[in-house]
Amino acid sequence: MLTNTLFLSNQLPSLQYSSTRERFDETWEAPLATLLGVGRAAGADFIELFLERRNYISCLAEDDIITSISPSLATGAGVRVFRGKADCYVSTNNLTFAGLKAALEKGLSILGLQLPEPSALIPEINLELLRDYATKRGKDGWLPLCSSIREMGEILLDGTAQLNKKATHIQSRRATYFRDWQEVLVAASDGTFARDIRLTQSVGFNILCADGANRASIGERAGNTSDANFLRTWDYQQASEQIAESAGKMLYADYVESGTYPIIMANHFGGVIFHEACGHLLETTQIERQTTPFADKKGQKIAHESLTAWDEGRADNAFGTIDMDDEGMPAQRTLLIEKGILKNFLADRTGSVRTGHPRTGSGRRQNYTFAAASRMRNTYIDTGNYSNEDLFASVDKGIYCKKMGGGSVGATGQFNFSVDEAYLIENGKLTKPLKGATLIGEAKEIMNKISMCSQDLELAPGFCGSVSGSIYTTVGQPHIKVDSITVGGR
Amino acid sequence: MKIIRCTEINHPYNLRLSAFIFGRKSQINSIMSKIQEIATYAQQNAAKLGIQKFDIYGSTVDDTSVQVDQGEPKQVKASNRSGVTVRVWNEENTMGVTSTTDVDPKGLELALQTAYEASFFGVKENVPDFSAEATIPIDKTTKNKAPQAPVSELIERLLVAEKELLAAHPAIKGVPYNGLAQRDIDRFYLNSEGALRTESHSLASVYLYSKTEEEGKKPRSAGAYRIKENLADLDIAGCVKETADKTISHLNYEKIKTGKYPVVFSAEAFLSLLGAFSNLFNAQSILDNQSLSKADDIGKEIASALLSVYDDALHPANIGAESFDGEGTPTRQVKLIEKGVLTSFLHSAGTAKRLNAQPTGNASIGAKVSVGPNFYHVFAAGTPDSLHGIPMQELSLETAENVILIDDLQALHAGVKALQGSFSLPFDGWLVNKGEKISIESATVAGDFLEVLKSIVYVEKEAELTPGGVCPRVWVSELSITGE
Repeated sequence: MLTNTLFLSNQLPSLQYSSTRERFDETWEAPLATLLGVGRAAGADFIELFLERRNYISCLAEDDIITSISPSLATGAGVRVFRGKADCYVSTNNLTFAGLKAALEKGLSILGLQLPEPSALIPEINLELLRDYATKRGKDGWLPLCSSIREMGEILLDGTAQLNKKATHIQSRRATYFRDWQEVLVAASDGTFARDIRLTQSVGFNILCADGANRASIGERAGNTSDANFLRTWDYQQASEQIAESAGKMLYADYVESGTYPIIMANHFGGVIFHEACGHLLETTQIERQTTPFADKKGQKIAHESLTAWDEGRADNAFGTIDMDDEGMPAQRTLLIEKGILKNFLADRTGSVRTGHPRTGSGRRQNYTFAAASRMRNTYIDTGNYSNEDLFASVDKGIYCKKMGGGSVGATGQFNFSVDEAYLIENGKLTKPLKGATLIGEAKEIMNKISMCSQDLELAPGFCGSVSGSIYTTVGQPHIKVDSITVGGR
Repeated sequence: MKIIRCTEINHPYNLRLSAFIFGRKSQINSIMSKIQEIATYAQQNAAKLGIQKFDIYGSTVDDTSVQVDQGEPKQVKASNRSGVTVRVWNEENTMGVTSTTDVDPKGLELALQTAYEASFFGVKENVPDFSAEATIPIDKTTKNKAPQAPVSELIERLLVAEKELLAAHPAIKGVPYNGLAQRDIDRFYLNSEGALRTESHSLASVYLYSKTEEEGKKPRSAGAYRIKENLADLDIAGCVKETADKTISHLNYEKIKTGKYPVVFSAEAFLSLLGAFSNLFNAQSILDNQSLSKADDIGKEIASALLSVYDDALHPANIGAESFDGEGTPTRQVKLIEKGVLTSFLHSAGTAKRLNAQPTGNASIGAKVSVGPNFYHVFAAGTPDSLHGIPMQELSLETAENVILIDDLQALHAGVKALQGSFSLPFDGWLVNKGEKISIESATVAGDFLEVLKSIVYVEKEAELTPGGVCPRVWVSELSITGE
């Protein structure tokens, strides 16, 4: 193996490296440093290499049978090259030196750069000592500690059996689980050299109940990073009780009458309102595209004074927790809004360069086929000064959104999200279940209408799709009151 | 600017083009040999592991895409990726699966081994099997690839498109989402009983999404998309025009009063709704009790007699049509709804066997084989006055009063309850009154999909090509609209 010494460009074809195939360790330093040097010698302003190995498995139980066990193995790399304001991202499955060099060469040529002349000296890129987050918290040992295929199957079948006991009018029962183990290595021409191992798991139920023309389908998921024992400790008794109760109530629910109402949103996945209505609009990606109304509002009031919100990567085992982002930066705890005042944006490396906002360890991507972009991690509205009783007592006629579905936000700041389980509030009391509600609004307007926050903050796992693919995130909030919002229904 | 089409390219470029095509033939040969190589590795490793029965579905994708921002290139992406899914049957005839991106001998060995281990946890009843049609000859498989244009040309064309869009109206201030891409795809299926299918094709696509800013008004936006086999034939000018026209049409907007309105779905909107409720035709979903249909619903009238829906992978308008599915079964035209009557389901080899039908070429390989549509063809079932002898007036947006024209439905992942049959979705659209269109500021549409099918009052004649299929505008008697 060659050490990383200065050499001529024409020596490139003769270089031989023997990096460990099964693990991203120090043996990758020399070849990656060489490639970064080659890129710099070709005239690139900055080069980043992202290497990934993935071991994924999913398991599906339908009624009382395991119907699918799907393992998936993946390796790949992404090479990002910057020249001036332009950047190019090339991905490949080929992790050999030749494969990575070919990807680099392609990236350089796209930006009008060529490999250096044969007699050119390749500059030495001194990478930092490997910052190995994978050695923390026993991460190296996580994968073998996770549930075996047999154990996955047994737990899911126990779960669907419980569901059968708890719910009525069942048409179908499903339990799904996945385990996603990921090892990443980042090397960049500024000397960044960092490795991490992530373990993400999620398990949940879906149930379809039918009684004549009445149908109710409800799903619920739990999610976790960092706990190899997650599936073993999943409380499927409680989960099955909750979902059975929800399905039972929604089976005979009336459709919501459309209109404008005050609403109370439950904690936990209710936090999707902030994720869609504000979180995305605080990503520097949105400033770059000029699709956020908040671009020039840092230091200004953009929300009700009762609202404080965070985005951070460090909550214990939460679904969006990362020790480092996909650009090798340690995750930060970022105060987004404090008492209504916009404090910070979420920035990746490129977003920081292009907008001037400091990096926050928020450069994230689905996998090696995507360039990192500024994305949310664990995002939540902080606790307030009210009790849940205060919130309900303040509503004469409104809607309690107990269980939220997904949502989205568009280029103009208009957002929407669906409600899976809702109840009519009359004179501060819940009176009847409602279904079919969709909430729509504009980010700039709604943020000033979140007027009351309770104290029962809870986080919930979610999947967020955006420019750099689908990533694991957390949403969260205590119970909150929104003074008025348009509710789409019948 | 005039877009240069293939036939207008001058002589020197043609020479270069010929050389490039020659290069592509060599590349296709090399891909064939790569597939043979994978087959050989698989055979060798299977023998080593004592595996008698297996099949592999795989693909390689080589793509390049560009984005621009205010006259400058923003990001260029390129990738060359491979992936295979391996299914293995053990001595007890239960099946396991593994997917991998490592297609070298070591990677394939690990995939086969992992699939073999998983096979002991596979289902014991209705075990998936090879498709009996995996070896029957297919008349025509695509082996042609278009020459890939240099990245500089992609950037140049997209910059021109952005410039034209920004010049279309002073209120259009940006094109925040845009992209021009070209892609080569090679796919194959092989199994241990000698099936071997390969196919190659190219795609070029463009999308533009522009946004307006005007003093005292809310920002408005709209977009369009085009796809073709090659860049030379890609209708970028049409995409620019459609995006500009739509965006400009949303500049003057009004709130709409909440209530019930006649609704006209654009081709894209109707197909997106049809896609969201595709469990209606999905034999696997029916067997899993995850469908709005039941196995014995064939022959049932589920829609207005005005409507016919086919799934037609081989439709001439289907860009990038595939001639075989993930199990190697040839794709074909499947008549799903004929004059309002449910006539067939979409099948894999396994569902066809269980429901005593033929596989339809709609399967995706996996531990649990899934089924999905290929390319919808929606059309009017005869002329309006020919149906059941009932005379029916042709409807037109030029004469209709207070009709909602829905151009684009949003957030289907959230607002569709596919197993309940209901939807409540935000949309972009217009209130149309005798041909005059006023953009709707912000609203949702809600209803039941089966009721929508039944309440179709008119299917227009002129069809529009979208990425998901071919479809005309579809008129529905009444739906709930929430505005103010």
